[in-house]
Amino acid sequence: MTEPALHPALNGLGFLRRAELISRLRARLPAAAVLHEPEDTTPYECDGLSAYRQRPMLVVLPATEDEVGFVLRECHALGVAVVARGAGTGLSGGALPLADGVLLSLARLNRVLSIDPLARVARVQPGVRNLAVSEAAAVHGLYYAPDPSSQIACTIGGNVAENSGGVHCLKYGLTVHNVMRLAGFTADGQPIELGAESLDVAGLDLLALVVGSEGMLAVVTEVSLRLIPRPQVARCIMASFATVESAGDAVAAVIGAGIIAAGLELMDQPAVKAVEQFVHAGYDLDAAAILLCESDGTTEEVENEIEHMASVLRAAGATAIRVSDSEAERQRFWAGRKAAFPAVGRISPDYYCMDGTIPRKRLAEVLRFIGEAERRYGLRCPNVFHAGDGNLHPLILFDANDPDQLARTEAFAADVLEKCVQVGGTITGEHGVGIEKINQMCVQFAPAELAAFRAVRRAFDPDERLNPGKNIPSLHRCAEYGRQHVGGGRLPFPDLPRF
Amino acid sequence: MSALSDLAEQVREANRTQTPLVLRGGGSKDFVGRSPHGEVLDLRGHAGIVAYEPTELVVTARCGTTLSHLQAELAARGQWLAFEPPSFGEHATVGGMVAAGLAGPARAAAGAVRDFVLGVRMMDAQGEVLEFGGQVMKNVAGFDLSRLQAGAMGILGPILDVSLKVLPLPQASVTMQFVLGQAEALSQVNRWSARPLPISASLWHDGCLSLRLSGAAGAVAAAVASLGGDRLDTAAAAALWLGVREQRHRFFQAEAPLWRLSVPSTAPVFDLAGDTIFEWGGAQRWWHSAPGDDATERVRALAQTVGGHATLFRGGDRAGSVFQPLSPATRTLHERLKDTLDPARIFNRGRMYADF
Ligand SMILES: Cc1cc2nc3c(=O)[nH]c(=O)nc-3n(C[C@H](O)[C@H](O)[C@H](O)COP(=O)(O)OP(=O)(O)OC[C@H]3O[C@@H](n4cnc5c(N)ncnc54)[C@H](O)[C@@H]3O)c2cc1C
Repeated sequence: MTEPALHPALNGLGFLRRAELISRLRARLPAAAVLHEPEDTTPYECDGLSAYRQRPMLVVLPATEDEVGFVLRECHALGVAVVARGAGTGLSGGALPLADGVLLSLARLNRVLSIDPLARVARVQPGVRNLAVSEAAAVHGLYYAPDPSSQIACTIGGNVAENSGGVHCLKYGLTVHNVMRLAGFTADGQPIELGAESLDVAGLDLLALVVGSEGMLAVVTEVSLRLIPRPQVARCIMASFATVESAGDAVAAVIGAGIIAAGLELMDQPAVKAVEQFVHAGYDLDAAAILLCESDGTTEEVENEIEHMASVLRAAGATAIRVSDSEAERQRFWAGRKAAFPAVGRISPDYYCMDGTIPRKRLAEVLRFIGEAERRYGLRCPNVFHAGDGNLHPLILFDANDPDQLARTEAFAADVLEKCVQVGGTITGEHGVGIEKINQMCVQFAPAELAAFRAVRRAFDPDERLNPGKNIPSLHRCAEYGRQHVGGGRLPFPDLPRF
Repeated sequence: MSALSDLAEQVREANRTQTPLVLRGGGSKDFVGRSPHGEVLDLRGHAGIVAYEPTELVVTARCGTTLSHLQAELAARGQWLAFEPPSFGEHATVGGMVAAGLAGPARAAAGAVRDFVLGVRMMDAQGEVLEFGGQVMKNVAGFDLSRLQAGAMGILGPILDVSLKVLPLPQASVTMQFVLGQAEALSQVNRWSARPLPISASLWHDGCLSLRLSGAAGAVAAAVASLGGDRLDTAAAAALWLGVREQRHRFFQAEAPLWRLSVPSTAPVFDLAGDTIFEWGGAQRWWHSAPGDDATERVRALAQTVGGHATLFRGGDRAGSVFQPLSPATRTLHERLKDTLDPARIFNRGRMYADF
């Protein structure tokens, strides 16, 4: 598809408004911070969900908090919509620009402002990379726990907007559990501060509402993060299983035994094969599935827990067990899992990553459903799985140059997400709704619930200027999509006692 | 007619006639917040555990379920609510526990009520049932209105069912005591908290710092060996933490108004005369103001200068300003959120702040 030289929205009045905005912004920002030539704006046309692309009207790169407020106020005055962007690694199109809007990059606000080792708090700007926080805290024996696989690139601002998780979040929580305070601006450029460096605040817990709000309630310019002491040691078990079902059952057995593993990840054989070629982690290529099961804590604790885990895994039918016996080996076990997406990217021209969460006990059923869909759509789909918390990442392999494959991929993904809702789960565990799963929101939520989301959005942003068109579908859109709310997890007779 | 349709009927009627409703479970937390006024919406009838899957670490309970029933069911499977909510009376319900948003001694280590809320079903002022979040550990679809219900004091409407994350009970727990003044205790407990030690609770009162270490037996034993101090026997330790959680500890027996200061753990000792106690590694401090002394402005200012807030927790003027006033920007957001779910402001009006 070739794009017209100027988006229709920018004809006539739109064009004047664009010129006016550029001149107002340039009055205070250096020329290099306001980009409008296509060669400068094209690099921002998509995030990690590259199937959707749109060049923004302008890209603005403020360098300070004050400049962010200024840009928002100018946009507000001219009625221009704004999409915030961190590193652009998001997988749901949350940072997809608008043709007639401003793409506000927070990448230049990239300083770690302070680290208080006694209070265990890091104050950072939103453009700081996730891993950089732990690196800065390391001298104090502290770290920031949420560790998305994209942590070398993704920013704290993006993590806050998506409520990102990582492979250690069963034990250490998601972003929402590790953020104490946010400062930023609402859409009209007015400063707000939510949360505190105390353990709670007076009034409603607005911080919890803004975390995971996909850049639609506020633009975040400063974050206080909770740091925790780095455990003395960590060791990881790699266990092989003859069927995916038995691996799933083993996860339930570990948790049933009262063990909260520091990490509990499952990969099926196609995923293992793709990763092994790429990373040489030493994975068992004969296993139908492998589990990575980590223990961390004091030396004594880890030794006991690893023994306990190993015996539970064996009893659950593990065909082979390896325990990391050095930090390098542990890192190697994880390197494979953390590189799963790029590894799959090497065996297929394109891949489409899903993010549904299900009650773990429905795993076998959902994996069977995915297997049937592979045959039905003629597409392969390896699976990686945050097993401890039921978060699936099926990766559909396809070739985007073939429009038919792209269409089949989208239909495949929609089927899987709706299956997740049907078994009592959700369409997104950590990647967000963005533009990608907006139709499936109509399946997961009833009209009154969608109306409540919209009202919440308007409480913060009455004109709906921050990231419009994402996350919350209009009822009109749902009617067009035509698939009904299926009442996920709702029991047929919710008022009858069952316990 | 089911309990739920009765509730919906009562809510719709109240909304039509603009009658304020007092949402009440067991009434154990009537004293929390500003004094309730209005017609009682009794939520005890909507009770029972809907689903409990120990291996999924999730329990879903109706709001009227008693906290003690829920806790007993979890304990029977070796699990618990790791944020140790106080019950403040045997009739406490699950809905009230979530709405009050109060956590116990384990708060600093384990997290707050909202950290364990996975999903809610709630009712809006039209009597419509809305469901947010879910029964799974991770869910980022839509805005997180379920966590927002924790600590909302019912002003956003009744919580009907709530799904909570549960955790295995710790294998071992040992309490050690150290003779220390308040300032020394504050800096010591912060230093220890920055080390990988299994500290699950802390309490300072009257020259003595008590530290609870919980988790794997090996880790607890190693920590005990490295920290020193005097070991409190198991029964006395259990009584100590229960007493603090339920405010039956002798500090809480005084009649004078009780203030709660929620502050960064490293905030210095406050210049407040009289008996004080701290928990949560220094992040939660309790103080009795002298009877008749209107300490409100002073306490609020002290908390605010360190980035915290102060609550008149018990006693004093319950019709006055109980919670720290909100900044104008935050206040506007509160009012707008209230109006989206409850435009006639019928639900627990005035329970948190005077006009909403
Ligand atoms: C290889 C790979 C692996 C991944 N692994 C994981 C994983 O393990 N776990 C996980 O949860 N995610 C994962 N992701 C997804 C992605 O990395 C996360 O969603 C991440 O948090 C996005 O951060 P970002 O800085 O790239 O944000 P962006 O993609 O730039 O933006 C994401 C959203 O945040 C908003 N936003 C950004 N900054 C701000 C701000 N300052 N204020 C307000 N809104 C803002 C944007 O508008 C957008 O809606 C992975 C992605 C890739 C490509």
